[in-house]
Amino acid sequence: MSAGVDRVTDAFARARAENRAALVGYLTGFDPDRNGSLERIFAACEGGLDVLELGVPFSDPTADGPTIQAAMTRALASGATLSGALALAAEIRRRFELPIVLFSYANPLISYGPERLSRETAEAGADALLVVDLPPEHAEVLRGPASARGLGWVGLVAPTTTPARRARVLAGSSGFVYAVSLTGVTGAPLDPSDPALHAGLATLRGASSLPIVVGFGVRKAEDVRALAGHADGVVVGSALVEAGQRGPAALGELVKSLRGGTLRA
Amino acid sequence: MTAAPHSDDDNLPGGPPELLGEFGEFGGRYVAETLMPAVEELARAWPKAWADYTFVDEYRAILRDYVGRPTPLTEARRLPEAVGGGRIFLKREDLNHTGAHKINNCIGQVLLARRLGKTRIIAETGAGQHGVATATACAYFGMPCTVYMGAEDVSRQALNVVRMRLLGAEVRPVTSGSATLKDAINAALRDWVASVADTHYVIGSVMGPDPYPLMVRELQRVIGDEARAQILDRIGRLPDAAVACVGGGSNAMGLFAAFVPDAAVQLFGVEATGEGLQGRHAATMAKGRIGVFHGMRSLVLQTDDGQLLEAHSISAGLDYPGIGPEHAHLHATGRARYLGISDREALAATELLARTEGIIPALETAHAIAALPAVIRELGPEAVVIVNVSGRGDKDMHTVMTHLDPATLTLIEEAERGRKAARAAHQAAAGHEGEEALIVDGHELRAERKEGA
Ligand SMILES: Cc1ncc(COP(=O)(O)O)c(C=O)c1O
Repeated sequence: MSAGVDRVTDAFARARAENRAALVGYLTGFDPDRNGSLERIFAACEGGLDVLELGVPFSDPTADGPTIQAAMTRALASGATLSGALALAAEIRRRFELPIVLFSYANPLISYGPERLSRETAEAGADALLVVDLPPEHAEVLRGPASARGLGWVGLVAPTTTPARRARVLAGSSGFVYAVSLTGVTGAPLDPSDPALHAGLATLRGASSLPIVVGFGVRKAEDVRALAGHADGVVVGSALVEAGQRGPAALGELVKSLRGGTLRA
Repeated sequence: MTAAPHSDDDNLPGGPPELLGEFGEFGGRYVAETLMPAVEELARAWPKAWADYTFVDEYRAILRDYVGRPTPLTEARRLPEAVGGGRIFLKREDLNHTGAHKINNCIGQVLLARRLGKTRIIAETGAGQHGVATATACAYFGMPCTVYMGAEDVSRQALNVVRMRLLGAEVRPVTSGSATLKDAINAALRDWVASVADTHYVIGSVMGPDPYPLMVRELQRVIGDEARAQILDRIGRLPDAAVACVGGGSNAMGLFAAFVPDAAVQLFGVEATGEGLQGRHAATMAKGRIGVFHGMRSLVLQTDDGQLLEAHSISAGLDYPGIGPEHAHLHATGRARYLGISDREALAATELLARTEGIIPALETAHAIAALPAVIRELGPEAVVIVNVSGRGDKDMHTVMTHLDPATLTLIEEAERGRKAARAAHQAAAGHEGEEALIVDGHELRAERKEGA
C-alpha cells in the first residue's frame, strides 16, 4: 500500500477509474472530545469517504465560518493538542486505508517545529498538509520538510486568485489542488450550478494536471452531483460537522448519501 | 518593456524579501488565498498613492483643517518634579479630533479606499477609539461603515458604541473566542474574505499582513515628524529619548519613525503588564514567542501548543496578544527597548498627569507616563524626553471611577442619599408623600398618581 502523496494520488485515480468524483470529508479532531471525534470519523470513513481532511484545532480560525469555529472551540475545550491530533490520525490509519490530510493554520504547525511535525505526521500515517493561512510566498517553511518526508502539500486557489498567483500556487502543490468555490469563509451558501464556478474549475483544469478538488459551501448529495462533472473531488466540511453533532449514525448516513452524488452521469 | 515597480511579479518566490513587507524576520503576508490579491493590490497601490502629491496634499489638508494638526508639543511644567527630573515634552495627540492618534491613520486609509474604488469600510475596535475614528472618517466621506467589537469591549466601552452609532456606523458585537479585540479582528477578516471585491478593511494599528504595518506607520509618522521639527525649533536639539505606549504599536511607530535614524535618540515602548507578569497581562515583548497571527509573523502570546492566549490590560487599547512586526524587529535589533507597566501603575499615572499638568490621559497613554521615572533614572535628570500623549481619558472615566477613585462613588452615593432625604422632607412638608418625583435640570417632574391599579 502506498503512503504520503502517492496514497493521495492513488485515491483520486481510483475514483476516476470508477467514473466518479472523490468524496473528501472534513471533520475536526477532538470535536466534541477525543473519543467522540474518533467515533464520528470512523462512521464517516465507513460511510464512504475517499479522503479525510482532519482538522487540527486553532484558537483563531479566521478562514472558517461559525460551524467550524465552534467545532474548534469545542475541541480545544476538550483538550485538543497537535500531538493529540497526530495520535488520532494514527488510530484512523490502523483501521482505514484512505488518505488523511491534516488541515490547520500556520501557527500551531510552525510552533510545533516543521521537522518534527513532518516526521510525526508521516509516522502517524497521515499523507498531506493543508494550511489555509500559508500562501505560496511563505509556504516553504513547512512544505520543504513535508516534501522531504514524502507528504503532499495542498495549495488553495480562490475565485479572486490572479493567473500569476495561480501559477505560483500550482507550482508548489502536490497530491491535489483545493479550488475554493466561493469568495468567503467555510460554510457560506453556495450555488453549485453557477456557470462562473464551473468556468473557473475548467480554467484550473487547463492549467494543472493535479487532481482538482472543489470545496466551501457544499452540503448535500445534490450539490455534489452538480459539481462531480467539473472536478476530481468535492469537499464537504461544515455540513459533516453539523451532522456529527447529531451523532455518528447521522453523520454516517449523510456521508452515504453524499457518496451517492459522486457518480458522474 | 520594463516592469513597473511593485508589479504582480515582484513577489514571485525568491524575489526581494522587502516586497513581502518583512522587517528582519518579522512581518509578511500570512492570509488566506482569497485575501492575497487584495493585499497585493494594496501593496501596489499604497506606495503609488504615498508618492502622489494630490493624494498626500489632500491627506495633509484634512489633517490640518478637520483633525486639527499640527498638535502642540507641550513642555510639562510640574510633572518632571514628580518623576525625578528631566525636560519632558508632551506630544498632544489627545487634542486631535476624536481624541486620539487613531484618526491620522483612518483619514489616510479611507482616502486610499476611495482611490481604489472601494465603496464600503470595515474596521475592528478594542477601546472603541479606532472604531470612532473610522466611523468619523466614513461620516466625513459619506461611506458606509461596519465596526466589529468584542462583546466584552462593547460593555466596557459603551460610550464609544454610542458615538460610533451616532456617526452612522453599524457596530457588530463579536461573541466568539474571548470576545475582545483579537476576536473582533478575526470577525473583520472573515467579513473581508467575503466582501473583498468592494470593501476596504481599515486595520487600526501597525499590524496585520503587509502592507498594513508599513502603511499605518507612514500614516502615523506625522506625529514624529511634527515632534522632531517642534523640538528642534524649541530647544535647538534632538531629544535624548522618545517614549510611547504599545498596543499594536501605531502611536509608538508614528513617533519613533522620525527618530529611528538618529542613533542618539533612545526609543522606549511601554507595554501593559496588567495584573503582573505572573497573572493576566498583555506583555507581548516580555512573554511572547515568535508566531504567525493576524496575517503577520511577530511576537505572540501563545501556549506551548501554538494557541493564542487571552491578553489582559485595564486599557482596552493595549489588550492584544500580538504586536506589530516592526516593533518585534526594533526589539530584536536592540534599537528600541520595551518596558512594562501594570494596571495599578497606569491608574496612578493617570491621576499624576491630571494633577500636575491638567491633562487627563487615556489609560493607554498613562502607561507611557508611568514609565517616565525609569527612563529619567536611566538617562539622568538633565535628559530631554518626548512622550506621546496618544489620547485623552474621557472614554475611561468609568474605569477610573471604579478602580482609582472609589471615593467618587462614595461621593455620588452620599449625594444620592442626601437628595432622596431632601426630597422626602420636601414632599412631607408639601403633603405629597408616596409620590415619585424626578428632578431634571432643577425642574421637578411629578409622576401622575396612578388611579385604581
Ligand atoms: C489612546 C490610545 N493609545 C494607544 C492605543 C494603542 O494602540 P497603538 O499601540 O496602535 O498606538 C490605543 C488603542 O486603542 C488608544 O486608543
